[in-house]
Amino acid sequence: MKFSPYKLLVAALVLLAGSTIYGCKPGKAGSSVDADAAQKVYVAPGKYDEVYAFLSGGFSGQVAAYGIPSGRLLKVIPVFSQNPENGYGYSEETKPMLNTSHGFVPWDDSHHPELSKTNGEDDGRWLFINGNNTPRIARINLTTFKTAEILELPNIGGNHASPFCTENTEYVVGNTRFSEPLDNNKIDNPISSFKQTFKGAVSFVKVNKDNGAMNLAFQLIVPAFNYDLAHAGKGPSHDWIFFTCYNTEQAHTLLEVNASQRDKDFIMAVNWKKAEELIAAGKGTKTPAKYAHNIYNEKNHTATSVIETETQTIDVTKFPGLVYYMPCPKSPHGVDVSPDGLSIVASGKLAAVIPVFSYQKMLDAIDKKQYDGMVAGNIPVLKYEAVLRGEVKKPGLGPLHTEFDDKGFAYTTMFVSSEVVKWKVDNLEIIDRIPSYYSPGHLSIVGGDSKKPFGKYLLSLNKITKDRYLPTGPELAQACQLIDITGNKMKLLLDFPTIGEPHYAQMIPAEKVLKNQIKFFKLEDNKNAYVTKSEKDTKVVRNGNRVDVYMTAIRSHLAPDNIDGIKIGDEVYVHVTNLEQDWDVPHGFAIKGANNAELLVMPGETCTLKWTPGLAGIVPFYCTDFCSALHQEMQGYFRVSPAGSNVPIKFSIGENPVTQ
Amino acid sequence: MKTHTRVLIFISGLLMLSAYFFPLWHILLDAPQYPEGLEMKIWLNGLSGSIDQINGLNHYIGMKFISVADFKEFKILPYVFGVLTLIGLAAAIAKSRKLLWTWFIGLCLFACVGFSDFYMWEYSYGHKLNPHAAIKVEGMNYQPPLFGYKQLLNFTAGSLPDTGGILVGLGGLLAATALFYKPKISPNKIK
Repeated sequence: MKFSPYKLLVAALVLLAGSTIYGCKPGKAGSSVDADAAQKVYVAPGKYDEVYAFLSGGFSGQVAAYGIPSGRLLKVIPVFSQNPENGYGYSEETKPMLNTSHGFVPWDDSHHPELSKTNGEDDGRWLFINGNNTPRIARINLTTFKTAEILELPNIGGNHASPFCTENTEYVVGNTRFSEPLDNNKIDNPISSFKQTFKGAVSFVKVNKDNGAMNLAFQLIVPAFNYDLAHAGKGPSHDWIFFTCYNTEQAHTLLEVNASQRDKDFIMAVNWKKAEELIAAGKGTKTPAKYAHNIYNEKNHTATSVIETETQTIDVTKFPGLVYYMPCPKSPHGVDVSPDGLSIVASGKLAAVIPVFSYQKMLDAIDKKQYDGMVAGNIPVLKYEAVLRGEVKKPGLGPLHTEFDDKGFAYTTMFVSSEVVKWKVDNLEIIDRIPSYYSPGHLSIVGGDSKKPFGKYLLSLNKITKDRYLPTGPELAQACQLIDITGNKMKLLLDFPTIGEPHYAQMIPAEKVLKNQIKFFKLEDNKNAYVTKSEKDTKVVRNGNRVDVYMTAIRSHLAPDNIDGIKIGDEVYVHVTNLEQDWDVPHGFAIKGANNAELLVMPGETCTLKWTPGLAGIVPFYCTDFCSALHQEMQGYFRVSPAGSNVPIKFSIGENPVTQ
Repeated sequence: MKTHTRVLIFISGLLMLSAYFFPLWHILLDAPQYPEGLEMKIWLNGLSGSIDQINGLNHYIGMKFISVADFKEFKILPYVFGVLTLIGLAAAIAKSRKLLWTWFIGLCLFACVGFSDFYMWEYSYGHKLNPHAAIKVEGMNYQPPLFGYKQLLNFTAGSLPDTGGILVGLGGLLAATALFYKPKISPNKIK
């Protein structure tokens, strides 16, 4: 048989046509921007947002407060990183906040903001946040939006499963992402001794219910896995807290492969109430440890750092009933507890389902000893089928975190398939899905991890930004999207860039925070050791090569503003007190050539800038915050004389005929 | 003296006493930067409110600092007003129309002298400006209004009676009523 070229051409055309039909690119889910989005996120000039959102700054080490639904940045709260903008970590008063057992650490990686809770509900008093790199927990006072306390955690590496709190903020927790030998293990261990010498330490930090003061109450010594995230029980499950763990393979190299081998890792359930009782009964072991405890005293506006030397530990293998492991498909990341405290939702980031565990079934399995082996000799692993309530099937790829609304729905982020999936908590059925731009990590719903979610808004906190905003070179801001969850279908409302990396956020109705706001500090209550309460008390005092300048700032002058007698080799401490007693009248203070940042002094506050003059001559200083019509006049001079000169200390300010 | 007159005097006397518990007058200042407003309240025996902030602002234009110690009035006013109120109550008790007249004339004098004094102070503060002030506006004085509103540079200044002032004013009206109002006797009752 012979094909004519004509027939061949027809066959080829048919093939081509067929391939274009069958090779068609599948359609993408369109972005579901709400038609009324503009109206729903518009907050008229002068009006307040409905919700405060506190987003972790990630590798910026800070926390950022945004208004929702507008997405307006309200404030960057300095926590773990120095902040030259307001002198945090530079002023003598705040430097101790960044002290650690390793000395001064000016940076950290902040991941998880956690609002303090009363009866399982956000109470708007404090915000806790973890420092991941040099393990720390910070407490921010929400009346002032200032970091009030930072507690270092010994014995752990990578404080990632932190600072999640129990139902009444009895404790905030920390746990190790990088297991390591305990600090008091002085042997020079090889890394390959992982399985023998490395440990995890579940740290329980007690929070004083009246003033928020933290102290490291005890640490449970657990097997060396990577402990990733945590959430405490509520209501019926009040006494328990749940941690995810991955790397149950106990790999110490190339974890991306070696820690992804097993089909199931674990949820670790810890009965913290029982641990508390054991400690009260004196069963804890006093263990030497070295960790910094830094407290910002709100009366004298001054931080102090104390190095603590001891912690109490409990070896969980010695106390049956304290810890149980629940198998969880593949490298679980988030663990979240439903508002009623009965369902524990885990997200295996490499798993094809979202397992939902039942608190009641967990208790039954413990009762009936339905075990599936032991960890570390005698810590029971509960049978997966015995504790499972059900699985959310085909949720998407790479489930990470779940939060809840006020109507019985759960929302889970899918990192790999870049979407948020809505499902029903009671029957585990998927209701809706919406794309994220791109690859969400955590998500946040107003009150979404509490006993009484407020609902309404969901933030998808994303890891990849790419083309979402005007490009800014290779380094881009990170992205988050605001989603309306009031209806059956989720609707995209707004997309806005954030500082650092917004790992996680907590959102709270604004009125819970608004009602406690402090507008300025009362000068009469200022107990700073170097306060100057009136201009007539200003002075300059030399003591050897230390010079203390007691300076005041008020619109529109710094007093004194002519200072002679500073010499090369001096250490000059300028203590600036802002005498203003009105809302939003800060004064700044900066000195030419100072190897330091500026000060930003709030009304009624005293801040100290340390300056070691390096060059002789006239050195100007000035107010940096445009405070008034005569702000540009708010300046002065130091005269710096050569070392060994005999110019006496002299200070003055011109007479003001108007205020006499 | 009729019973209703005595009752009126008595109520008026009670209203007058409110001067000891509430501010009589207030001066309000509004500007774009002060959406919450600044307020100075004037009492029988002193001042309250945002005096420090107002002084802080006034120093730009060279106005004298407002200080309670500068006003002798606050030392004597509580006594003068107390004596006046006692005369009123005495009129009711003694059923004396003469005392009632004394009281009424006293009140009128008190009001006249009070407002004149207030005006003099306002004039003095508004006009006697320090020549070294940072802000000088040709031909501008900063005298607040005696009553009502007035624009002073970026500030809208208001001067209005406060709770005590309103109650005392009502008391004054009742005193006048007690003196001049005579209820008509219903013709039906004249038989």
